[in-house]
Amino acid sequence: MAAIEILDLEKSYLVGFWRKRPKVALRPLRLTIEEGEVFGFLGPNGAGKTTTLKLLMGLVFPTAGTARILGLDMDDPQVKSQIGFLPEQPYFYDHLTARELLNYYGQLSGVPAKGRSARVEQMLQRVGLSDSAGVQLRKFSKGMLQRVGLAQAILHDPKLVFLDEPMSGLDPMGRREVRDLIQQLRHEGKTVFFSTHILSDAEALCDRVGVIHQGELRGVGAVAELTSGTKGRVEIVFFAQKVPAALASLGAEARVSGDMVNAVLPEEQQDTALDLLRRERIKLISLTPVRRSLEEYYIQKLRPTENCPEEGRKEASRKGVGV
Amino acid sequence: MNSGRVNARIGYIAFNTFREAVRDRVLYNLIAFAVLLSGAAILVGEVSIDIERLVVVNLGLTAVSLFGVVIAIFIGIGLVSKEIDKRTLYTVLSRPVRRWEFVVGKFFGLTGTLVVNTFLMAVGVLLALLYVAHRFEKMDAWVLVALYFIVLQFLIVCALALFFSSFSTPLMSAVFTFALFVIGSLAEDLRGFAKITQGAAGVLAKAVAYLVPNFSALNVINQVARGDSIPGRLILYNTVYALLYSAMAISGAVLIFQRRNLK
Repeated sequence: MAAIEILDLEKSYLVGFWRKRPKVALRPLRLTIEEGEVFGFLGPNGAGKTTTLKLLMGLVFPTAGTARILGLDMDDPQVKSQIGFLPEQPYFYDHLTARELLNYYGQLSGVPAKGRSARVEQMLQRVGLSDSAGVQLRKFSKGMLQRVGLAQAILHDPKLVFLDEPMSGLDPMGRREVRDLIQQLRHEGKTVFFSTHILSDAEALCDRVGVIHQGELRGVGAVAELTSGTKGRVEIVFFAQKVPAALASLGAEARVSGDMVNAVLPEEQQDTALDLLRRERIKLISLTPVRRSLEEYYIQKLRPTENCPEEGRKEASRKGVGV
Repeated sequence: MNSGRVNARIGYIAFNTFREAVRDRVLYNLIAFAVLLSGAAILVGEVSIDIERLVVVNLGLTAVSLFGVVIAIFIGIGLVSKEIDKRTLYTVLSRPVRRWEFVVGKFFGLTGTLVVNTFLMAVGVLLALLYVAHRFEKMDAWVLVALYFIVLQFLIVCALALFFSSFSTPLMSAVFTFALFVIGSLAEDLRGFAKITQGAAGVLAKAVAYLVPNFSALNVINQVARGDSIPGRLILYNTVYALLYSAMAISGAVLIFQRRNLK
């Protein structure tokens, strides 16, 4: 069963004071996320990521379209007890301590009174806040608030977790911890839908990613596939003080770094280059195909789409398939 | 979702609202109230002859009313709008909490705060009364009725503040609510004016007189200060009126909030 089925969800706001005109925040979006999948929703600021999440959470209402979450209509109240949500730059009741906040959210989520306290303590420990559990949130740093946010999102053991920019504002250690947490959620069989503009996180964590820009889904694909394709070029690294002249004639782009040379050249020149290195008795360090990175895919999807007919883009968005 | 769970969620939201008010030192107003009342009681005890009770009841109950109305307006206008601005609402509404439950819970939280506040102030008024009169009399029981009516006023003020804040800015909500409190305190005069006015002005005056909340009917401070009794019928009417008026205002707030996009 699909965990999320977004069916032509669309949102526009009226802006302007006197003459109100519609501003499109999300063009018709069709997207399916399977159960147990970790899906990364990529896009620059203002692309429509948060709008999509708010629509799914029922915080804003769609202009058109709908979605099904865990097989239920997105408006069905039962959906909310099975999902967890971390908003972007979360704010919480700062008069409460972390423990009180989680207990309050546990109450609202219907976590049974018996065992609620133990669950709260478990979550505090999981996000590394046991020592600060009794401190009011107004004294928390941004990173600590983000951890509280993660704890409240998974407190009631939801099947599906929505995280809006979960690594935002975190130091490298904090980001690492969030990545570990998402990995743990994956191993627990949870579905994770998270938005980010940090591509390395998406590449490390996601099964699939979708790229959204200017409110329009530009493409969806499996990370493994997107990054598996070679670009018809290889990278050769070898010990040398300078670039052999013959190598340059093969069309290699080379740079010297200390006593190593790093050369990128067309795949068809690979054997000739290796023969050359053998002849010159140069010690080879590595030879790897140059892979397409997620960043390249992302940049490609964000480019102005003059080469891609408008209708084609709309079709891609409508189908929610990789292009 | 069964009604037990709904009630429980409303209760949790109400308790959190109460806890927030207490931790934000809202009840510190009691200190100012205590200073005012004890100062007045001592002063009255020194200078007044036979009107100590009248002065203490009048001053005490008026202070209870004004302190409470100020709290009701200034917290009431931020009950929902502050949660939207600070985005604390996002993590509440992404749980199995309906929007109307949130609004009703917030309303009960604030009225609960005001009931506790009023109770503590009432203790102060009764102590001041005991100080100046040296004993309680039977007619002092009507002071409790006046306090009950003041609480009913708070219900309406909270509901109105919540209603206005569901579609306007906090500042405008405060202005609207306070204006309605002032006009509503003159509702009986407005009704009298409407009776003697003819034509379109009369219709307008009548409409305004009956639409604004009738706070003057809920103000029996002068009567109880003089020791007059309060008819049981008035207690019943005022109770029903305040509950219906608050319910209408809360329903309006819910209807607006249900459709609101939380940008």
